[in-house]
Amino acid sequence: MTAIATPSLGRAELAWIIAVHQSRDVVRKRWVIAYAAGLAVAGDLLLRLAGSGPSALVSLLNVVLLLIPLIALILGSASLYGAREFTELLLAQPIPRRSLFIGLYLGLTVPLAAATALGLALPFMIERALDQTTAPMLALLVAVSVLLVAVFTGLAFLLTVSVHDRARGLGVAILAWLGMGLLYDGLVLAVATAFRDWPIERPLLAAMVLNPIDLARTILLLRLDVAALMGYTGAVFRSAFGTTGSATIAILALGLWVMVPWWLGARAFDRRDF
Amino acid sequence: MICIHDVYKRFGALPVLRGLNLALTPGRVTAIVGPNAAGKSTLIRCILGLSRPDRGTITLADGRNVRLPAARAALGYMPQQPSFPENLTGHEVLAMLDALRPEVAPDSALLERFQVAGQLDKPVRTLSGGTRQKLSAVIAFRYRPSLLILDEPTAGLDPLAAAVFKSTVVAARDTGATILLTTHVVAELAVLADEIAFLLDGAIRFAGPVTALLNTTGAATLDEALAALMQTPAAGIPAAALQTAESLRVRVVRETRA
Repeated sequence: MTAIATPSLGRAELAWIIAVHQSRDVVRKRWVIAYAAGLAVAGDLLLRLAGSGPSALVSLLNVVLLLIPLIALILGSASLYGAREFTELLLAQPIPRRSLFIGLYLGLTVPLAAATALGLALPFMIERALDQTTAPMLALLVAVSVLLVAVFTGLAFLLTVSVHDRARGLGVAILAWLGMGLLYDGLVLAVATAFRDWPIERPLLAAMVLNPIDLARTILLLRLDVAALMGYTGAVFRSAFGTTGSATIAILALGLWVMVPWWLGARAFDRRDF
Repeated sequence: MICIHDVYKRFGALPVLRGLNLALTPGRVTAIVGPNAAGKSTLIRCILGLSRPDRGTITLADGRNVRLPAARAALGYMPQQPSFPENLTGHEVLAMLDALRPEVAPDSALLERFQVAGQLDKPVRTLSGGTRQKLSAVIAFRYRPSLLILDEPTAGLDPLAAAVFKSTVVAARDTGATILLTTHVVAELAVLADEIAFLLDGAIRFAGPVTALLNTTGAATLDEALAALMQTPAAGIPAAALQTAESLRVRVVRETRA
Protein backbone atom coordinates (compact mmCIF):
# COMPACT_ATOMS: atom_id res chain seq x y z
CA MET A 1 0.00 0.00 0.00
CA THR A 2 1.30 3.40 -0.85
CA ALA A 3 0.39 6.97 -0.12
CA ILE A 4 -2.01 8.45 -2.62
CA ALA A 5 -1.62 11.40 -4.93
CA THR A 6 -3.49 14.58 -4.10
CA PRO A 7 -7.02 14.91 -5.47
CA SER A 8 -7.26 16.09 -9.06
CA LEU A 9 -10.90 17.19 -9.18
CA GLY A 10 -12.12 20.71 -8.52
CA ARG A 11 -14.65 21.58 -5.83
CA ALA A 12 -17.50 21.99 -8.31
CA GLU A 13 -16.79 18.63 -9.95
CA LEU A 14 -16.76 16.89 -6.57
CA ALA A 15 -20.05 18.57 -5.62
CA TRP A 16 -21.55 17.53 -8.95
CA ILE A 17 -20.57 13.87 -8.50
CA ILE A 18 -22.12 13.82 -5.03
CA ALA A 19 -25.26 15.60 -6.25
CA VAL A 20 -25.78 13.16 -9.13
CA HIS A 21 -25.49 10.08 -6.92
CA GLN A 22 -27.52 11.60 -4.10
CA SER A 23 -30.26 12.53 -6.62
CA ARG A 24 -30.30 8.97 -7.91
CA ASP A 25 -30.91 7.74 -4.37
CA VAL A 26 -33.57 10.37 -3.61
CA VAL A 27 -35.66 9.84 -6.77
CA ARG A 28 -35.94 6.16 -5.88
CA LYS A 29 -37.26 6.87 -2.38
CA ARG A 30 -40.85 5.73 -1.98
CA TRP A 31 -41.94 8.91 -0.23
CA VAL A 32 -40.66 11.06 -3.10
CA ILE A 33 -42.57 8.97 -5.63
CA ALA A 34 -45.68 9.03 -3.40
CA TYR A 35 -45.34 12.81 -3.01
CA ALA A 36 -45.22 13.43 -6.78
CA ALA A 37 -48.10 11.02 -7.37
CA GLY A 38 -50.12 12.61 -4.53
CA LEU A 39 -49.67 16.08 -6.00
CA ALA A 40 -50.71 14.81 -9.43
CA VAL A 41 -53.81 13.06 -8.05
CA ALA A 42 -54.78 16.15 -6.03
CA GLY A 43 -54.31 18.35 -9.10
CA ASP A 44 -56.37 16.01 -11.25
CA LEU A 45 -59.20 15.84 -8.70
CA LEU A 46 -59.28 19.61 -8.24
CA LEU A 47 -59.23 20.11 -11.98
CA ARG A 48 -62.23 17.83 -12.39
CA LEU A 49 -64.12 19.33 -9.45
CA ALA A 50 -63.34 23.00 -10.16
CA GLY A 51 -64.11 22.71 -13.84
CA SER A 52 -61.56 25.31 -14.94
CA GLY A 53 -57.78 25.65 -14.76
CA PRO A 54 -57.60 28.92 -12.78
CA SER A 55 -60.11 27.74 -10.16
CA ALA A 56 -58.25 24.46 -9.76
CA LEU A 57 -54.96 26.34 -9.36
CA VAL A 58 -56.38 28.52 -6.59
CA SER A 59 -57.48 25.40 -4.72
CA LEU A 60 -54.20 23.65 -5.48
CA LEU A 61 -52.09 26.44 -4.07
CA ASN A 62 -53.47 25.82 -0.58
CA VAL A 63 -52.43 22.18 -0.86
CA VAL A 64 -49.02 23.26 -2.14
CA LEU A 65 -48.41 25.79 0.62
CA LEU A 66 -48.96 23.16 3.30
CA LEU A 67 -47.55 20.09 1.61
CA ILE A 68 -44.23 21.39 0.26
CA PRO A 69 -42.92 22.69 3.62
CA LEU A 70 -44.08 19.46 5.25
CA ILE A 71 -42.31 17.22 2.74
CA ALA A 72 -39.15 19.30 2.29
CA LEU A 73 -38.64 20.15 5.95
CA ILE A 74 -39.77 17.06 7.83
CA LEU A 75 -39.10 14.23 5.37
CA GLY A 76 -36.01 16.09 4.15
CA SER A 77 -34.68 16.27 7.72
CA ALA A 78 -35.51 12.61 8.36
CA SER A 79 -33.70 11.65 5.18
CA LEU A 80 -30.62 13.69 6.13
CA TYR A 81 -30.52 12.28 9.66
CA GLY A 82 -30.77 8.79 8.14
CA ALA A 83 -27.78 9.47 5.90
CA ARG A 84 -25.53 10.71 8.71
CA GLU A 85 -23.20 7.69 8.78
CA PHE A 86 -22.69 7.78 5.03
CA THR A 87 -22.07 11.51 5.25
CA GLU A 88 -19.32 10.73 7.77
CA LEU A 89 -17.82 8.20 5.38
CA LEU A 90 -17.81 10.87 2.67
CA LEU A 91 -16.24 13.35 5.08
CA ALA A 92 -13.37 10.88 5.50
CA GLN A 93 -12.72 11.06 1.74
CA PRO A 94 -10.49 13.75 0.20
CA ILE A 95 -13.42 16.12 -0.34
CA PRO A 96 -13.77 19.69 0.97
CA ARG A 97 -16.72 20.01 3.29
CA ARG A 98 -18.27 22.77 1.21
CA SER A 99 -18.31 20.53 -1.89
CA LEU A 100 -19.99 17.81 0.12
CA PHE A 101 -22.59 20.22 1.48
CA ILE A 102 -23.40 21.63 -1.96
CA GLY A 103 -23.61 18.13 -3.43
CA LEU A 104 -25.91 16.87 -0.70
CA TYR A 105 -28.10 20.00 -0.88
CA LEU A 106 -28.51 19.80 -4.66
CA GLY A 107 -28.94 16.05 -4.45
CA LEU A 108 -31.99 16.49 -2.24
CA THR A 109 -33.38 19.77 -3.57
CA VAL A 110 -33.27 19.08 -7.32
CA PRO A 111 -35.17 15.75 -7.24
CA LEU A 112 -37.74 17.18 -4.81
CA ALA A 113 -38.19 20.24 -7.01
CA ALA A 114 -38.52 18.00 -10.07
CA ALA A 115 -41.08 15.81 -8.29
CA THR A 116 -43.00 18.96 -7.32
CA ALA A 117 -42.97 20.40 -10.83
CA LEU A 118 -43.97 17.09 -12.36
CA GLY A 119 -46.72 16.45 -9.82
CA LEU A 120 -48.19 19.93 -10.36
CA ALA A 121 -47.92 20.11 -14.13
CA LEU A 122 -48.83 16.58 -15.16
CA PRO A 123 -52.62 16.69 -14.53
CA PHE A 124 -52.94 19.98 -16.42
CA MET A 125 -51.00 18.52 -19.34
CA ILE A 126 -52.96 15.27 -19.37
CA GLU A 127 -56.31 17.02 -19.09
CA ARG A 128 -55.21 19.56 -21.75
CA ALA A 129 -56.12 22.41 -19.40
CA LEU A 130 -53.25 24.69 -20.39
CA ASP A 131 -54.98 27.60 -22.08
CA GLN A 132 -53.59 31.15 -22.30
CA THR A 133 -54.85 32.03 -18.82
CA THR A 134 -53.93 28.82 -17.02
CA ALA A 135 -50.47 28.19 -18.48
CA PRO A 136 -48.74 31.31 -17.04
CA MET A 137 -50.51 30.83 -13.71
CA LEU A 138 -49.38 27.22 -13.55
CA ALA A 139 -45.84 28.28 -14.48
CA LEU A 140 -45.87 30.78 -11.59
CA LEU A 141 -47.23 28.15 -9.19
CA VAL A 142 -44.48 25.72 -10.24
CA ALA A 143 -41.78 28.42 -9.96
CA VAL A 144 -42.89 29.52 -6.49
CA SER A 145 -43.24 25.87 -5.41
CA VAL A 146 -39.67 25.16 -6.54
CA LEU A 147 -38.50 28.19 -4.54
CA LEU A 148 -40.38 26.86 -1.51
CA VAL A 149 -38.68 23.46 -1.93
CA ALA A 150 -35.30 25.25 -2.00
CA VAL A 151 -36.19 27.26 1.12
CA PHE A 152 -37.36 24.30 3.15
CA THR A 153 -34.63 21.86 2.16
CA GLY A 154 -32.19 24.64 3.13
CA LEU A 155 -33.94 24.87 6.49
CA ALA A 156 -33.82 21.06 6.78
CA PHE A 157 -30.04 21.14 6.23
CA LEU A 158 -29.61 23.96 8.73
CA LEU A 159 -31.65 22.02 11.26
CA THR A 160 -29.90 18.69 10.84
CA VAL A 161 -26.48 20.30 11.00
CA SER A 162 -27.38 22.37 14.08
CA VAL A 163 -29.35 19.82 16.10
CA HIS A 164 -27.34 16.66 16.66
CA ASP A 165 -30.13 14.59 18.23
CA ARG A 166 -32.42 13.13 15.56
CA ALA A 167 -35.59 13.01 17.66
CA ARG A 168 -35.14 16.56 18.85
CA GLY A 169 -34.35 17.75 15.33
CA LEU A 170 -37.48 16.15 13.90
CA GLY A 171 -39.49 17.66 16.75
CA VAL A 172 -38.16 21.11 15.86
CA ALA A 173 -38.98 20.46 12.18
CA ILE A 174 -42.59 19.57 13.02
CA LEU A 175 -42.94 22.63 15.25
CA ALA A 176 -41.44 24.88 12.57
CA TRP A 177 -43.87 23.51 9.99
CA LEU A 178 -46.86 23.91 12.31
CA GLY A 179 -45.74 27.39 13.23
CA MET A 180 -45.08 28.69 9.73
CA GLY A 181 -47.79 26.76 7.93
CA LEU A 182 -50.72 26.81 10.30
CA LEU A 183 -50.28 29.11 13.28
CA TYR A 184 -48.30 32.09 12.04
CA ASP A 185 -50.99 34.10 10.29
CA GLY A 186 -53.44 33.52 13.14
CA LEU A 187 -50.88 34.67 15.70
CA VAL A 188 -50.10 37.80 13.72
CA LEU A 189 -53.81 38.54 13.44
CA ALA A 190 -54.23 38.06 17.20
CA VAL A 191 -51.32 40.41 17.92
CA ALA A 192 -52.69 42.97 15.44
CA THR A 193 -56.10 42.81 17.11
CA ALA A 194 -54.65 43.14 20.58
CA PHE A 195 -52.56 46.18 19.56
CA ARG A 196 -55.02 47.69 17.10
CA ASP A 197 -54.76 51.13 18.70
CA TRP A 198 -51.00 51.20 18.18
CA PRO A 199 -49.04 52.04 15.02
CA ILE A 200 -48.09 48.47 14.14
CA GLU A 201 -48.02 48.58 10.37
CA ARG A 202 -44.23 48.25 10.12
CA PRO A 203 -43.97 45.29 12.50
CA LEU A 204 -46.71 43.62 10.49
CA LEU A 205 -44.80 44.12 7.26
CA ALA A 206 -41.74 42.62 8.91
CA ALA A 207 -43.89 39.74 10.12
CA MET A 208 -44.88 39.05 6.54
CA VAL A 209 -41.26 38.83 5.40
CA LEU A 210 -40.39 36.51 8.29
CA ASN A 211 -42.56 33.68 6.97
CA PRO A 212 -41.67 32.16 3.57
CA ILE A 213 -45.07 30.50 3.29
CA ASP A 214 -46.81 33.87 3.64
CA LEU A 215 -44.47 35.30 1.02
CA ALA A 216 -45.22 32.47 -1.40
CA ARG A 217 -48.94 32.83 -0.79
CA THR A 218 -48.79 36.57 -1.43
CA ILE A 219 -46.82 36.18 -4.67
CA LEU A 220 -49.30 33.65 -5.99
CA LEU A 221 -52.46 35.41 -4.88
CA LEU A 222 -51.34 38.77 -6.23
CA ARG A 223 -51.01 37.13 -9.64
CA LEU A 224 -54.19 35.11 -9.30
CA ASP A 225 -55.91 38.22 -7.94
CA VAL A 226 -57.77 36.46 -5.15
CA ALA A 227 -57.27 38.97 -2.35
CA ALA A 228 -59.83 37.29 -0.12
CA LEU A 229 -57.49 34.31 0.35
CA MET A 230 -54.43 36.42 1.03
CA GLY A 231 -54.45 36.25 4.80
CA TYR A 232 -53.96 39.09 7.20
CA THR A 233 -50.26 39.78 6.66
CA GLY A 234 -50.65 39.53 2.89
CA ALA A 235 -53.46 42.08 2.91
CA VAL A 236 -51.35 44.53 4.94
CA PHE A 237 -48.44 43.96 2.61
CA ARG A 238 -50.52 44.69 -0.47
CA SER A 239 -52.02 47.83 0.99
CA ALA A 240 -48.53 49.12 1.82
CA PHE A 241 -46.72 48.39 -1.44
CA GLY A 242 -49.41 47.92 -4.09
CA THR A 243 -49.64 44.86 -6.30
CA THR A 244 -46.40 45.20 -8.31
CA GLY A 245 -44.28 46.47 -5.42
CA SER A 246 -45.57 43.71 -3.15
CA ALA A 247 -44.80 41.01 -5.68
CA THR A 248 -41.27 42.33 -6.26
CA ILE A 249 -40.49 42.61 -2.56
CA ALA A 250 -42.02 39.21 -1.83
CA ILE A 251 -39.95 37.53 -4.58
CA LEU A 252 -36.75 39.18 -3.32
CA ALA A 253 -37.55 38.20 0.25
CA LEU A 254 -38.25 34.62 -0.81
CA GLY A 255 -34.90 34.62 -2.62
CA LEU A 256 -33.27 35.66 0.65
CA TRP A 257 -35.11 32.81 2.36
CA VAL A 258 -33.43 30.44 -0.09
CA MET A 259 -29.96 31.91 0.42
CA VAL A 260 -29.77 32.70 4.14
CA PRO A 261 -30.63 29.25 5.61
CA TRP A 262 -28.44 27.63 2.94
CA TRP A 263 -25.50 29.86 3.83
CA LEU A 264 -26.00 29.37 7.58
CA GLY A 265 -26.25 25.61 7.06
CA ALA A 266 -23.11 25.52 4.92
CA ARG A 267 -21.23 27.55 7.51
CA ALA A 268 -22.37 25.28 10.33
CA PHE A 269 -21.47 22.19 8.25
CA ASP A 270 -17.94 23.54 7.71
CA ARG A 271 -17.42 23.98 11.43
CA ARG A 272 -19.41 21.13 12.86
CA ASP A 273 -17.99 18.21 14.82
CA PHE A 274 -19.41 14.91 13.60
CA MET B 1 3.46 7.76 10.57
CA ILE B 2 0.77 9.73 12.32
CA CYS B 3 1.53 11.92 15.32
CA ILE B 4 -1.13 12.81 17.83
CA HIS B 5 0.25 15.47 20.09
CA ASP B 6 -1.34 16.81 23.28
CA VAL B 7 -4.89 16.49 22.01
CA TYR B 8 -7.74 17.77 24.15
CA LYS B 9 -11.41 17.48 23.32
CA ARG B 10 -14.45 18.21 25.43
CA PHE B 11 -18.16 18.09 24.71
CA GLY B 12 -19.79 20.83 26.73
CA ALA B 13 -18.57 20.39 30.29
CA LEU B 14 -17.45 16.81 29.66
CA PRO B 15 -13.75 16.35 28.93
CA VAL B 16 -13.29 13.35 26.63
CA LEU B 17 -9.65 13.56 25.52
CA ARG B 18 -7.17 15.02 27.98
CA GLY B 19 -3.74 15.69 26.59
CA LEU B 20 -3.57 12.58 24.46
CA ASN B 21 -0.24 11.72 22.86
CA LEU B 22 0.31 8.83 20.51
CA ALA B 23 2.56 8.01 17.59
CA LEU B 24 1.41 5.43 15.05
CA THR B 25 4.23 3.71 13.20
CA PRO B 26 4.13 2.73 9.51
CA GLY B 27 4.02 -0.98 8.87
CA ARG B 28 2.50 -1.65 12.30
CA VAL B 29 -1.03 -2.38 13.46
CA THR B 30 -1.85 -0.34 16.55
CA ALA B 31 -4.92 -1.40 18.49
CA ILE B 32 -6.67 1.17 20.64
CA VAL B 33 -8.26 -0.56 23.59
CA GLY B 34 -10.03 0.71 26.64
CA PRO B 35 -13.32 0.54 28.49
CA ASN B 36 -16.52 2.05 27.12
CA ALA B 37 -16.52 5.86 27.13
CA ALA B 38 -12.73 5.96 27.35
CA GLY B 39 -12.59 8.25 24.30
CA LYS B 40 -11.81 5.76 21.51
CA SER B 41 -14.55 6.95 19.14
CA THR B 42 -13.70 10.60 19.76
CA LEU B 43 -10.04 9.89 19.05
CA ILE B 44 -10.95 8.18 15.78
CA ARG B 45 -13.21 11.07 14.81
CA CYS B 46 -10.40 13.52 15.49
CA ILE B 47 -7.94 11.47 13.40
CA LEU B 48 -10.45 11.30 10.54
CA GLY B 49 -10.99 15.05 10.69
CA LEU B 50 -14.66 14.61 11.59
CA SER B 51 -14.10 16.40 14.90
CA ARG B 52 -11.72 19.24 15.61
CA PRO B 53 -9.57 18.93 18.73
CA ASP B 54 -9.92 21.83 21.18
CA ARG B 55 -6.16 21.79 21.56
CA GLY B 56 -3.24 19.82 20.17
CA THR B 57 -2.36 18.57 16.71
CA ILE B 58 -2.82 15.48 14.59
CA THR B 59 -0.40 15.33 11.68
CA LEU B 60 0.45 12.80 9.01
CA ALA B 61 3.91 11.69 7.95
CA ASP B 62 4.36 14.67 5.66
CA GLY B 63 3.33 17.05 8.42
CA ARG B 64 -0.07 17.79 6.87
CA ASN B 65 -3.08 18.29 9.07
CA VAL B 66 -5.64 15.54 8.56
CA ARG B 67 -8.41 18.14 8.30
CA LEU B 68 -7.03 19.14 4.91
CA PRO B 69 -8.99 17.27 2.23
CA ALA B 70 -5.85 16.37 0.29
CA ALA B 71 -4.34 14.75 3.38
CA ARG B 72 -7.33 12.40 3.57
CA ALA B 73 -6.43 10.94 0.17
CA ALA B 74 -4.09 8.64 2.08
CA LEU B 75 -6.85 7.46 4.37
CA GLY B 76 -9.04 4.38 4.38
CA TYR B 77 -11.86 4.15 6.91
CA MET B 78 -14.08 1.30 7.98
CA PRO B 79 -16.75 2.49 10.41
CA GLN B 80 -18.37 0.39 13.10
CA GLN B 81 -21.83 0.72 11.53
CA PRO B 82 -21.62 0.69 7.74
CA SER B 83 -24.31 2.79 6.12
CA PHE B 84 -24.87 3.58 2.45
CA PRO B 85 -27.64 5.23 0.42
CA GLU B 86 -30.38 2.61 0.60
CA ASN B 87 -31.63 3.02 -2.96
CA LEU B 88 -28.27 2.83 -4.69
CA THR B 89 -26.79 -0.49 -5.65
CA GLY B 90 -23.44 -1.54 -4.22
CA HIS B 91 -21.88 -0.92 -7.63
CA GLU B 92 -23.32 2.60 -7.70
CA VAL B 93 -21.87 3.31 -4.25
CA LEU B 94 -18.46 2.15 -5.46
CA ALA B 95 -18.85 4.12 -8.70
CA MET B 96 -19.55 7.26 -6.68
CA LEU B 97 -16.47 6.82 -4.50
CA ASP B 98 -14.35 5.90 -7.56
CA ALA B 99 -15.51 9.09 -9.27
CA LEU B 100 -14.52 11.13 -6.21
CA ARG B 101 -11.01 9.64 -6.29
CA PRO B 102 -10.13 9.44 -9.99
CA GLU B 103 -6.41 9.64 -9.35
CA VAL B 104 -6.33 6.15 -7.83
CA ALA B 105 -6.88 2.90 -9.71
CA PRO B 106 -9.19 1.01 -7.35
CA ASP B 107 -8.19 -2.44 -6.17
CA SER B 108 -11.00 -4.38 -7.85
CA ALA B 109 -9.64 -7.74 -6.72
CA LEU B 110 -11.07 -6.99 -3.27
CA LEU B 111 -14.61 -7.66 -4.55
CA GLU B 112 -13.68 -11.26 -5.35
CA ARG B 113 -11.60 -11.65 -2.22
CA PHE B 114 -14.53 -10.64 -0.01
CA GLN B 115 -16.97 -12.53 -2.26
CA VAL B 116 -19.36 -9.62 -2.74
CA ALA B 117 -19.07 -9.06 -6.48
CA GLY B 118 -22.25 -11.00 -7.24
CA GLN B 119 -24.37 -9.06 -4.76
CA LEU B 120 -23.52 -5.50 -5.63
CA ASP B 121 -26.06 -5.09 -8.41
CA LYS B 122 -28.83 -5.10 -5.79
CA PRO B 123 -30.01 -2.01 -3.87
CA VAL B 124 -28.18 -1.57 -0.59
CA ARG B 125 -31.48 -1.84 1.33
CA THR B 126 -31.75 -5.49 0.27
CA LEU B 127 -28.21 -6.42 1.38
CA SER B 128 -27.64 -8.25 4.66
CA GLY B 129 -25.69 -6.63 7.48
CA GLY B 130 -22.74 -8.91 6.76
CA THR B 131 -22.68 -7.98 3.08
CA ARG B 132 -22.79 -4.30 3.96
CA GLN B 133 -19.86 -4.87 6.30
CA LYS B 134 -17.95 -6.59 3.50
CA LEU B 135 -18.73 -3.66 1.19
CA SER B 136 -17.44 -1.35 3.90
CA ALA B 137 -14.21 -3.39 4.12
CA VAL B 138 -13.81 -3.26 0.33
CA ILE B 139 -14.18 0.53 0.41
CA ALA B 140 -11.64 0.91 3.23
CA PHE B 141 -8.93 -0.95 1.28
CA ARG B 142 -10.04 -0.07 -2.26
CA TYR B 143 -7.89 3.02 -2.77
CA ARG B 144 -4.68 1.51 -1.40
CA PRO B 145 -4.51 3.78 1.66
CA SER B 146 -1.30 4.34 3.56
CA LEU B 147 -3.33 5.03 6.74
CA LEU B 148 -6.18 2.71 7.70
CA ILE B 149 -8.68 3.40 10.48
CA LEU B 150 -10.69 0.30 11.31
CA ASP B 151 -13.40 0.72 13.94
CA GLU B 152 -14.66 -2.64 15.26
CA PRO B 153 -14.19 -4.01 11.75
CA THR B 154 -15.12 -7.67 12.16
CA ALA B 155 -18.45 -7.10 13.95
CA GLY B 156 -21.03 -8.71 11.68
CA LEU B 157 -18.56 -10.56 9.46
CA ASP B 158 -18.88 -14.33 9.14
CA PRO B 159 -15.78 -16.38 10.08
CA LEU B 160 -14.68 -16.74 6.46
CA ALA B 161 -15.00 -13.02 5.75
CA ALA B 162 -13.28 -12.23 9.08
CA ALA B 163 -10.35 -14.42 8.03
CA VAL B 164 -10.17 -12.67 4.65
CA PHE B 165 -10.33 -9.35 6.43
CA LYS B 166 -7.46 -10.25 8.76
CA SER B 167 -5.27 -11.43 5.89
CA THR B 168 -6.03 -8.18 4.04
CA VAL B 169 -4.99 -6.16 7.09
CA VAL B 170 -1.76 -8.14 7.37
CA ALA B 171 -1.04 -7.63 3.67
CA ALA B 172 -1.62 -3.89 4.02
CA ARG B 173 0.67 -3.75 7.03
CA ASP B 174 3.37 -5.66 5.17
CA THR B 175 3.34 -3.07 2.40
CA GLY B 176 3.97 -0.32 4.93
CA ALA B 177 0.51 1.00 5.76
CA THR B 178 -0.10 2.54 9.16
CA ILE B 179 -3.11 0.81 10.69
CA LEU B 180 -5.24 1.85 13.64
CA LEU B 181 -7.75 -0.70 14.89
CA THR B 182 -10.33 -0.75 17.63
CA THR B 183 -11.86 -4.01 18.74
CA HIS B 184 -13.25 -5.71 21.81
CA VAL B 185 -12.31 -9.14 20.46
CA VAL B 186 -9.12 -10.10 22.28
CA ALA B 187 -8.42 -12.99 19.90
CA GLU B 188 -8.39 -10.47 17.07
CA LEU B 189 -5.95 -8.28 18.95
CA ALA B 190 -3.67 -11.25 19.52
CA VAL B 191 -3.62 -11.99 15.79
CA LEU B 192 -3.47 -8.49 14.36
CA ALA B 193 -2.04 -6.02 16.85
CA ASP B 194 1.65 -5.19 16.88
CA GLU B 195 1.15 -2.36 19.32
CA ILE B 196 -1.43 -1.74 22.01
CA ALA B 197 -2.53 1.71 23.09
CA PHE B 198 -4.62 1.57 26.24
CA LEU B 199 -6.93 4.54 26.57
CA LEU B 200 -8.53 5.50 29.85
CA ASP B 201 -10.28 8.71 30.83
CA GLY B 202 -9.18 10.39 27.65
CA ALA B 203 -5.46 9.74 27.91
CA ILE B 204 -3.11 6.97 26.82
CA ARG B 205 -2.12 4.97 29.90
CA PHE B 206 -0.06 2.45 28.04
CA ALA B 207 1.38 2.34 24.57
CA GLY B 208 3.79 -0.21 23.25
CA PRO B 209 4.29 -3.63 21.73
CA VAL B 210 2.11 -6.50 22.90
CA THR B 211 5.12 -8.21 24.45
CA ALA B 212 5.86 -5.08 26.49
CA LEU B 213 2.30 -5.06 27.76
CA LEU B 214 2.65 -8.66 28.91
CA ASN B 215 5.96 -7.91 30.58
CA THR B 216 4.71 -4.76 32.25
CA THR B 217 1.57 -6.31 33.69
CA GLY B 218 3.14 -9.69 34.41
CA ALA B 219 0.16 -11.37 32.74
CA ALA B 220 0.41 -14.61 30.80
CA THR B 221 -2.19 -13.75 28.18
CA LEU B 222 -3.35 -10.63 26.40
CA ASP B 223 -6.84 -10.69 27.89
CA GLU B 224 -5.38 -10.98 31.41
CA ALA B 225 -3.06 -8.08 30.66
CA LEU B 226 -5.92 -5.92 29.40
CA ALA B 227 -8.08 -6.85 32.38
CA ALA B 228 -5.21 -5.86 34.67
CA LEU B 229 -4.95 -2.49 32.95
CA MET B 230 -8.66 -1.91 33.25
CA GLN B 231 -8.84 -2.89 36.91
CA THR B 232 -5.88 -0.80 38.00
CA PRO B 233 -5.98 2.10 35.60
CA ALA B 234 -2.42 3.25 35.98
CA ALA B 235 -1.25 -0.36 36.44
CA GLY B 236 1.65 0.86 38.43
CA ILE B 237 2.94 2.76 35.45
CA PRO B 238 3.41 6.51 35.78
CA ALA B 239 1.11 7.85 33.11
CA ALA B 240 3.41 10.72 32.24
CA ALA B 241 6.18 8.29 31.44
CA LEU B 242 3.96 6.24 29.19
CA GLN B 243 2.40 8.78 26.93
CA THR B 244 3.93 7.42 23.77
CA ALA B 245 5.09 4.13 22.44
CA GLU B 246 8.62 5.49 22.32
CA SER B 247 8.70 6.38 26.01
CA LEU B 248 7.36 2.94 26.88
CA ARG B 249 10.02 1.23 24.84
CA VAL B 250 12.72 3.19 26.67
CA ARG B 251 11.26 2.24 30.03
CA VAL B 252 10.93 -1.45 29.17
CA VAL B 253 14.49 -1.57 27.87
CA ARG B 254 15.82 0.08 31.04
CA GLU B 255 13.90 -2.31 33.30
CA THR B 256 15.09 -5.30 31.31
CA ARG B 257 18.70 -4.17 31.59
CA ALA B 258 18.37 -3.56 35.32
